[in-house]
Amino acid sequence: MPTVSVGRDRLFAALGKTYTQEEFEDLCFSFGIELDDVTTEKAIVRKEKHLEQEEADEDEEVIYKIEIPANRYDLLCLEGLAQALRVFCGFQEIPTYKLADISKDAMHKIHVKPETSLIRPYVVCAVLRGLTFDKARYNSFIDLQDKLHQNICRRRTLVAIGTHDLDKLEGPFTYEALPPSSINFTPLKQEKSFRADELMEFYKSDLKLKKFLHIIEDSPVYPVIYDSKSQCLRIGPICFVSGDPRLSPVVTKFLNRMQLHAKQSTSDNKQCNFIVSVPPTRSDVLHPCDVMEDVAIAYGFNAIKDQAIIDNKGSKRLAASLTLLPLQELSDLIRKEVAMVGFTEVLTFILCSKKENFSMLNRKDDKSKAVIIGNPRSSDFEAVRTSLMPGILKTVAHNKDHPKPIKIFEVGDIAILDDNDVGAKNLRQLAALYCGANAGFEIIHGLVDRVMEKNGISFVSPGDKSGYYIERSDEPEFLAGRQARIIYKGKQVGTFGIVHPEVLNNFDIPDPCSFVELNIESFL
Amino acid sequence: MGYVKSNHNTMGWPKPNISILFTTVSLFVVGIVVLVRVSGCEEKRSDAVLSTYLHLSVRRRRSIVRRFLGLRMAEEAVLGYLQNNDEINDSGEFAAERGIDHNEIVNVVKSLHGFRYVDAVDIKRETWVLTDEGNTYATLGSPEFQLILAIPPEGISRDELQKKLGPSVFKIACAQAAKNKWVEMGKQLISRKVQDVEDRVKNLLLQIQQGQGIGSDDIKALKARKLIVPQTWKGYSVKKGPNYAPKRKKVVTDLTRDNFQSGEWKEIEFKEYNYTAKGQPLEGGSLHPLLKVRAQIKQIFHCMGFEEMPTNNYVESSFWNFDSLFQPQQHPARDSHDTFFLEAPSTTKKLPEDYVQRVKQIHESGGYESRGYAYDWKREEANKNLLRTHTTAVSSRMLYQLAQKPFSPKKYFSIDRVFRNEAVDRTHLAEFHQIEGLVCDRGLTLCDLIGVLHDFFSRLGMTKLKFKPAYNPYTEPSMEIFSYHEGFKKWVEVGNSGMFRPEMLRPMGLPEDVQVIAWGLSLERPTMIMYGIDNIRDLFGHKVDLGLIKKNSICRLGIE
Repeated sequence: MPTVSVGRDRLFAALGKTYTQEEFEDLCFSFGIELDDVTTEKAIVRKEKHLEQEEADEDEEVIYKIEIPANRYDLLCLEGLAQALRVFCGFQEIPTYKLADISKDAMHKIHVKPETSLIRPYVVCAVLRGLTFDKARYNSFIDLQDKLHQNICRRRTLVAIGTHDLDKLEGPFTYEALPPSSINFTPLKQEKSFRADELMEFYKSDLKLKKFLHIIEDSPVYPVIYDSKSQCLRIGPICFVSGDPRLSPVVTKFLNRMQLHAKQSTSDNKQCNFIVSVPPTRSDVLHPCDVMEDVAIAYGFNAIKDQAIIDNKGSKRLAASLTLLPLQELSDLIRKEVAMVGFTEVLTFILCSKKENFSMLNRKDDKSKAVIIGNPRSSDFEAVRTSLMPGILKTVAHNKDHPKPIKIFEVGDIAILDDNDVGAKNLRQLAALYCGANAGFEIIHGLVDRVMEKNGISFVSPGDKSGYYIERSDEPEFLAGRQARIIYKGKQVGTFGIVHPEVLNNFDIPDPCSFVELNIESFL
Repeated sequence: MGYVKSNHNTMGWPKPNISILFTTVSLFVVGIVVLVRVSGCEEKRSDAVLSTYLHLSVRRRRSIVRRFLGLRMAEEAVLGYLQNNDEINDSGEFAAERGIDHNEIVNVVKSLHGFRYVDAVDIKRETWVLTDEGNTYATLGSPEFQLILAIPPEGISRDELQKKLGPSVFKIACAQAAKNKWVEMGKQLISRKVQDVEDRVKNLLLQIQQGQGIGSDDIKALKARKLIVPQTWKGYSVKKGPNYAPKRKKVVTDLTRDNFQSGEWKEIEFKEYNYTAKGQPLEGGSLHPLLKVRAQIKQIFHCMGFEEMPTNNYVESSFWNFDSLFQPQQHPARDSHDTFFLEAPSTTKKLPEDYVQRVKQIHESGGYESRGYAYDWKREEANKNLLRTHTTAVSSRMLYQLAQKPFSPKKYFSIDRVFRNEAVDRTHLAEFHQIEGLVCDRGLTLCDLIGVLHDFFSRLGMTKLKFKPAYNPYTEPSMEIFSYHEGFKKWVEVGNSGMFRPEMLRPMGLPEDVQVIAWGLSLERPTMIMYGIDNIRDLFGHKVDLGLIKKNSICRLGIE
């Protein structure tokens, strides 16, 4: 969420009232913004320079950092914030925004050239007349423009805004798209005129601007406005909200507090309608429900409590008969059985590195199985595990000092590529590990038997499809001759074995281990 | 041993000695006679002891029996002597007089002291013992004496003498004999200077060997020649203790099968139990702390009549994760720095096409009274696969399915893993568990949402709630939920909530008067607050200490 820094005293001056910090926090809370931090200009500088905490001067200006909801672009400056709060508190009437009545001759024109569709097809201009900037106002205005660039303009990738002094320009204006080599421009605070491509080079060393250069750098044409750039102002739509006619004056009052002009209109079906004009500053209003939310905010979310169904027990309208999810319930039952035979449950991450998922387990990635992340922040998040093994082995490696034997287990999901709608599916797995002075292969084998027994599956001779049996397997993560696959109803549901010594070394585990992993969805 | 009070420790005796003694004794005793048992010994253990004993070699068994008999003799001697005498002044002398090994007396006294049969006081004496070299000379005579004996009256050449004695003895012998002025070291011959010599060194060594004292100058000299080294001798003076009895009563720590079945339990005395120590730690399995909390929250949902949604699909399309929730395609939450997009499978293969059209329309140009976002909605963007950033993607699928049938109200919940491409720190991980609850019914209002939130959170022990207006692209109104934390003495954000927007519900095909109220929170945060954990990696992931999982208390959420 965006944060706006405003001088406390300037804000209170604009509000026409002084608050204690607690009072102001309460006001923010009920309006839906948050006083995030209280600091001073000098403290911010000190923090940036990593200086030791000095004694704060008495006369330092106190700065309020206020968190604003991401869709309230109208609150991103002191002026907008102060106005909204003043109206909310009833200190002032809602401002009415109107287009100035300008004679046709005095109007400005901008011509949009068709080439602009290659890069940025739209341009919107507005002329603000009768405006004087002092330093504080100017800074606030530029800050707002910057905040808009960061937020709604998505760091200028969607929209770029510029402000110019109309007294120094002459219309008509053109909006064009030209090759960079044919654009010449003298930027702000520079003496010299640059060609646009040279300018790109020049600004590559500019900390503030270089991050925006990539947006158009590779485009064959650059958008350019000759003689002016403009700022947009939008006139919003009209909304209809209906409600109980008895509430009409109250609702109107509430809407006014939220800077929305509301007029009551009657309709034939005895319902009371409100015609609400949404000012251009409220681009967040998309639907009547947005208006209704403002009514609720103005009424006070915390005032609603009194009328609320505090306890919805006994509510008749909701079905009382519940269905359980078989996979979830079976997982929980199996977890308890495994814990009951002395294994401790662990909960490991689903994301892992490709290395941990493949080469460290002596496996090769044949690209047929694993879900791979396209934009990992670090190698820890490259892949979705295709087995619970890496997480379990990492847990053992991080618990070297734990008394042996270590007996741990996890019931969790892995994901593998699949032919379903999204192209991948989860599988619910049970994994368990024994680690001690010896590998305990027979203990893990015993656990397999126990899990099968508790699922009511009997041990049968090889080839029999009525129960389960085990047979010798040849998986690279296990030691040859001490590993087996588990066959249930003729299908492989899991494997177990002594973890291959190379794998133990890869995970930096000094003690021998046995490991089992099996799919429990097959027991459903 | 540690769980039973051990008085002998007050004297600073190392505990292991005692237990070695007892173990040895019990090793013999099991299956033969019931005597002193190792404290805390369980049934299982005594079987183990017996089987260990039976596996020993015959020689080793004999030695154990001999040792046991020795100990019993020593014990009888000590207790018997004290019956008629006040004190054993010196355990060393006492042992020597009776021809008992002093070590056995020491072991017995330690044990008797432990049970307060006797009071023992340490005696320490500095004594000297012979080194290996000293022992050799005590037998063979000192090198210088050997040298004298080897020199014939007429004298002998250096080489020949060295040959007779060996080079090392020769070297020492020459130096000592010359010092004693016993020999004439001529250029050709070595000859005696004196005729009769006494091997004083040997005599002194023999005296020391026999425990007799010698003069301090002699000690100094022998020490300088490294023939003797000092040794501290430890023994005890022993008096009757408060529990003195001429014969040791059978004191045990546990009722065993043997002493129970033999009826011996009637005579035996139980050693005083240490009520200030903890019992023996138990081995066993444990469930994971976070999943214990999950189980309770699941139960709370069930109590409130909510059904679980199937959330076992980590891979999701942008469509279900974002677009169907009316999140515009340029919304910050969709940025790659928040979302894990996938290289494989990179795009989704199938979406419900007619619904996709309605979603496209609501984004682009609105409908159902909404203005929409007024932008070009791109199918490619919706097709991009990702790891779900919230379980609301599942809620969206569930509501869409619900809309395909004649409407019936539903209360749903889920608690499962979600993924965020965020920097990892003490409170943030790239994956965590989201708890989500939703109610879908006709005519629901904000009052219902507030009501259900009060119900849910009060079951989690949070009775003081307040709500802050907030922004969320798919709910309107949206409320952040704050709870007053009595420990922190402040309001803490505990979750988010809202009513799903008509722009989300109408395109699915839900009737116009159907509203959905929903809320969400993470499973980790309340768990961390509840258990006082300040680093999320101590709770979740492979770095968690297994000891903490085992120690973690039961979770009582929802039952008090």
